[in-house]
Amino acid sequence: MWKTILRRVLMMIPQMFVLSLFIFILAKQMPGDPFTGLITPETDPSRIEELRIQAGFYDPWYVQYYHWITNALQGDFGQSYTYKIAVSTLIGERGLNTFWLSLLSAILVYLIAIPLGMLAGRYQESFLDKSIILYSFISYAIPTFVLSLIFLFIFGYRLMWFPTSGTVDVGLEPGTTAYYWNKIYHLLLPAITYAILGTTSIIQYLRSEIIDSKTQDYVKTARSKGIPMRKVYTRHIFRNSLLPIAAFLGFTITGLLGGAIFIETIFGFPGMGNLFVSSVMSRDYSVITALVMLFGFLTLLGSLLSDIIMSIVDPRIRID
Amino acid sequence: MNTAKDLLTIRNLTTSFRIKDEYHAAVEEVSLSLRKNEVLAIVGESGCGKSTLATTIVGLHNEINTKVTGEILYNNQNLTQLSEEQFNRLRGNDIGFIFQDPLSALNPLMRIGEQIAEGLLYHTKLTKQQREERVLELLNQVGISNPNRVARQFPHQLSGGMRQRVMIAIALSGKPSIIIADEPTTALDVTIQAQILDLLKSLQSETEAGIILITHDLGVVAEVADRVAVMYAGQVIEEAPVQELFRNAKHPYTRSLLNSIPQTHDENDKLEVIHGMVPSLMNLPREGCRFSARIPWINESLHEKKPQLHEIAPGHFVRCTCWKHFHFEGEEGGGTV
Repeated sequence: MWKTILRRVLMMIPQMFVLSLFIFILAKQMPGDPFTGLITPETDPSRIEELRIQAGFYDPWYVQYYHWITNALQGDFGQSYTYKIAVSTLIGERGLNTFWLSLLSAILVYLIAIPLGMLAGRYQESFLDKSIILYSFISYAIPTFVLSLIFLFIFGYRLMWFPTSGTVDVGLEPGTTAYYWNKIYHLLLPAITYAILGTTSIIQYLRSEIIDSKTQDYVKTARSKGIPMRKVYTRHIFRNSLLPIAAFLGFTITGLLGGAIFIETIFGFPGMGNLFVSSVMSRDYSVITALVMLFGFLTLLGSLLSDIIMSIVDPRIRID
Repeated sequence: MNTAKDLLTIRNLTTSFRIKDEYHAAVEEVSLSLRKNEVLAIVGESGCGKSTLATTIVGLHNEINTKVTGEILYNNQNLTQLSEEQFNRLRGNDIGFIFQDPLSALNPLMRIGEQIAEGLLYHTKLTKQQREERVLELLNQVGISNPNRVARQFPHQLSGGMRQRVMIAIALSGKPSIIIADEPTTALDVTIQAQILDLLKSLQSETEAGIILITHDLGVVAEVADRVAVMYAGQVIEEAPVQELFRNAKHPYTRSLLNSIPQTHDENDKLEVIHGMVPSLMNLPREGCRFSARIPWINESLHEKKPQLHEIAPGHFVRCTCWKHFHFEGEEGGGTV
């Protein structure tokens, strides 16, 4: 198993190399350059030109790429032109915010979706099942920004149960219990909104898997052993039905850092999705390239993680 | 037909499925009995109702769209009247069930030992260790040479024959007095088939259980059965001791089945087939002899209006009287037997 994991990680190196080449070339195609953002009315154009030459702007692209990739390998993705701080620092901060938001959202999604999916599948065609399906269709059909705005308006501005933006109140001492509670408090409304909208696919998947499993031969075998139906569900049907959900878990875990663009933007939450949109808007291309590289890496890692998880939960799948 | 030695008595059993708000009988007025230490084979083409009969006996039919009438008597209880809870006490304990395809019939995520022990968990008060011992004992009994290893393996790690042995071990785990085997060898290689049949036969004489063997393979019947019931379109059309059936088959359907077994003596022999196909549940004529459509050269008037089972020799029952006038197509007919 470790051999396979090592091989897969080594495989990522050429994949990441190709990805970086594409990103670099695409980034270079964008109008503007690092110094456009630094120009102020007092700047002398010859000084800018000097800086461009100094920074290697007129070097051939492969020389530039070499400089960029060698720095990137050491974790230095350059400076953000908008925020004027190192890209790695910026992504570190935003990534952490997004990580906590996504983690809470994902936990809520699974907490809601798995029981609902199981109930719908088990009591197929019942009133309960139909209600759950209705809920999942409605939540699937509502655009994210609509529900976010409604929730923000009702629970944030009208009822004032939740804060309306940010990650933490100003003036709290970092490291104290109150500080962490306040952080979680800020996460709640965006996370709940995300969870309500994100459950559809898991509910539907689980429901159809359970309905499918019910007619499998091993369920008949279990019943022929005289096992009560309740136990047949918990011991046989649910376990087998959760496999496809587990298959997505790897992507979900690495996807936690990807961020939710709409939710973060509407709830004024400084996370990765928010950063990605604003960096595209302001042509902050050192941030864009770094983010796309990171998303690419996370996707590759997610697929590896999913394979590892599957090999743990399904004995038929062995990676060796 | 009904003696004190009967282990299981089925009387006028009808199992109907609901299709578009109408019930259609897949098993119709079937009466059979199973004695202790006996293998009763139920033979027929696909769709003749033999598997439905088997699932009805153990109550594994879908309760929502199935209607069952008639009696299945076992130990002074009528199985058609049992609640799910009462059935659970019976299944895996008094009645063991062996399925056709051992790969799909075993849970892919559970170790073999766990799957065999599962029934014991609900039917006995054995401790975990005692259950494990019993599992090894059972695996030994079904001829698995390294039970310790197999118990810790998953179904996909075993061969088809091994898996079917495991299925048999599951069926045996409650020391049942009745074993129902639904096409137990169909999914297996021919060489493995023989081993599994030998195993069933030897286990039966060991445990004195009654076995209901459901199959479409007359070779299997000849090898292990004591008595045979031939089913066609939901009805039993002939029932006889195995020797009698192979030597002295009467019903046109049974004779056609026997006639369609491939012969290899002569290169020029052509494979005999039965004309037409089994009518589907919804298009089944409910009146008259159901096989008449597939022997159109036999005059319609030679069939009974309402064919009944007639005992023509001790223990040998045949439905309808058309057998007296039956001849294969192209043969000289008209002779009475």
